Amino acid sequence: MPDSQQQKKHTIVALVQNQPGVLMRVANMFRRRNFNIDSLSVGRTHREDVSRMTIVIDNTRANAYKVMSNLLKLIPIIDVADVSADLHVSRDLALVKVRSNDAESRNALTLLCEKFPARIVDIGPDVVIVEITAQEEIVEAFIAEADQIGIVEMVRTGVVAMGRGVRILDVPDEEEALEMSANGHRV
Amino acid sequence: MAKRLLSGSEILLECLVEQGVQYIWGYPGGAILPTYDALPKYRDRIHHILVRHEQSAAHMADGYARATGKVGVCMATSGPGATNLVTGIATAMMDSSPIVCITGQVPRPVIGTDAFQETDVTGITLPITKHNYLVMDIHDLADAIREAFYIAASGRPGPVLVDIPKDIQNQKIEWEYPTTPLKLPGYRPPKMATQEQVTEALKLINEAKKPLILAGHGLMMSGSTNEARELAEIAQIPVALTLLGKGAMPEDHPLVIGMMGMHGAAASNYAIQDADLLIALGMRFDDRVTGNLKTYSPNSKKIHIDIDPSEINKNVKVEVGIAGDLKAVLTQLLPGVEQNSHAEWMGKIRDWMEDSDERDIIHRDTGNILLGAQVINDIWKHTGGEAITTTDVGQHQMLEAQYYPHKRPLTMISSGGLGTMGFGLPAAIGAKFGKPDEEVWAIVGDGGFQMTMPELATAVQEGIHVTIAIINNGFLGMVRQWQELFHDKNYSETPMFSPDFVKIAEAYGIPAMRITNRSQIEGAVAFSRSYKDSRVPVLLEFVVEKEEMVYPMVPAGANLHDMVRRPKVSEE
Repeated sequence: MPDSQQQKKHTIVALVQNQPGVLMRVANMFRRRNFNIDSLSVGRTHREDVSRMTIVIDNTRANAYKVMSNLLKLIPIIDVADVSADLHVSRDLALVKVRSNDAESRNALTLLCEKFPARIVDIGPDVVIVEITAQEEIVEAFIAEADQIGIVEMVRTGVVAMGRGVRILDVPDEEEALEMSANGHRV
Repeated sequence: MAKRLLSGSEILLECLVEQGVQYIWGYPGGAILPTYDALPKYRDRIHHILVRHEQSAAHMADGYARATGKVGVCMATSGPGATNLVTGIATAMMDSSPIVCITGQVPRPVIGTDAFQETDVTGITLPITKHNYLVMDIHDLADAIREAFYIAASGRPGPVLVDIPKDIQNQKIEWEYPTTPLKLPGYRPPKMATQEQVTEALKLINEAKKPLILAGHGLMMSGSTNEARELAEIAQIPVALTLLGKGAMPEDHPLVIGMMGMHGAAASNYAIQDADLLIALGMRFDDRVTGNLKTYSPNSKKIHIDIDPSEINKNVKVEVGIAGDLKAVLTQLLPGVEQNSHAEWMGKIRDWMEDSDERDIIHRDTGNILLGAQVINDIWKHTGGEAITTTDVGQHQMLEAQYYPHKRPLTMISSGGLGTMGFGLPAAIGAKFGKPDEEVWAIVGDGGFQMTMPELATAVQEGIHVTIAIINNGFLGMVRQWQELFHDKNYSETPMFSPDFVKIAEAYGIPAMRITNRSQIEGAVAFSRSYKDSRVPVLLEFVVEKEEMVYPMVPAGANLHDMVRRPKVSEE
């Protein structure tokens, strides 16, 4: 890489109101603003009315600001944070269907699953499905090696992430919301 | 108030009344019919104006909003009615104008079946609205309307669309006006600057030797023109205006040095390039303002204050970026601003202004040839510079910007960001509804005028006195200018036939006059003013030189200081 700073990935999480069309609004904004995203995953939270998105972008610090400030312009976005700016935990899950139609490939797969946090979740006569849940880089490394054996099908969830410790991304109550807007910068 | 049995349409109209809506610009059709059925019951409170094309309904709501600062409302049916609004919505979006658009939608049971006149209008308008709603439950309708108005008018204003299926308009429920607070946990427009930002900004302002204020539309929308003027006067900082910033400071004020950008005053552009501090207030460093970003104001530090955080560092990197409400932030800054004179800097700018004066075509005798610049200049002179003007986009728009200095905020209404032809006439009609006691002029070109010309009928039907000044050069003038400068005078599809505009006016019952000589302009203005109390529009056709150029000009993407200038007489 010519410049590691240039290539740095940012993991942005967004709390969104759980209502129809929110994903479309976010996806449309990325397309319209010409922001390239690595992955986007959406899921529910412990609050029924709130969903959470994890968005990985491959960009500089300034562009992370652009992404976040444009996300915040969308009305149903409640709050955003760049969790990669500080200590955080991130996980990517992949289901990888790998050729296993001879002794050699089966042996190689067993070794691979010992080396990585991966396990075989379905076994057939010709192929097996391996599940791996790990940091993105580890998943990438696993995939590279599994491909030596022969990947025939694959699906990934995209990264989900959470800041460590007591930094909690939550829906602000009225008082907090006032303070956030009084503070000049929302991002 | 006790609950009453009301239909969705009545709930909608009750909510509009509650929001203080006086006017709706719209056009009926199948999917919005229940609402039009309920409208006569509200006739004493809401006046509906029947337009001739839905695009104009959005422009009229926009013109009303820009002239008054209130939210403008337009209404259309599903399908083609809604898609016709699109250009008007995009125009309002680009210029941050608060409008609410109500559209009818096909009944819920047939949504998604490609029913007659069905269009996914919330999908279509998603990137050109600040927010939009498809109401799928009548119990959500009132909150959708309340939120729409709140979102449209607050923060960085913009258009909001509410799409209402026909069966919801017909459905009846026991209803009373909701008093619960709106649930918008993620909508928090920024307000104040942090103390740190105030300190940094003041340090730059008080230490600058060659500061310049860039005044934008945001100053007027936030109601902070007085604060900006105070800032300029205390520290004697010259002020350059954006196109939509015209009127943010009186243009005859000694500190105002003119418009900036592609067709801005040369002095403004030179000052931007030479400044050591830019103080950008409620503007967004549009490419028409900056020219080549790489060479833009290379020696200056920059303070940018704007309500929209995503505008900070978007195009131009700044030293102090403050996302906040201009009125609040300027109020924070003012006590710390030190008195200054900047006499040397102002002297330099005055020299540039004098040089521009020597080049100005307005001071030349062109004999029998009538120029667009002369027309606008003389309209300005004979209306005392007090009129509200609206424009389309193109040469006449830039000439208006150059030759009609405005004294008051919100008196120049133009499609700046989207550059929409056909905006001028409907925007003028909308503005006149909002400001009935003011003189309103639509300054348009022969091309743009023909795009929304049918709205002459709307003006006549409504008894609206606006003056339409057509600057007729028989060309799509600005495109022709680009063809002359950058395409070897290859006038591909820019010469344009027009009908006899005076006869067209007569057909509508509109008094009209054709002007071909500069000596007639004063009389034409008097002619228009003589109809002031007669509730009819007036049409003035100015037949001008075909191949007039608008100078100065920064070619697209060129350095801001590399303007194509009009030569001085001595150089010609």
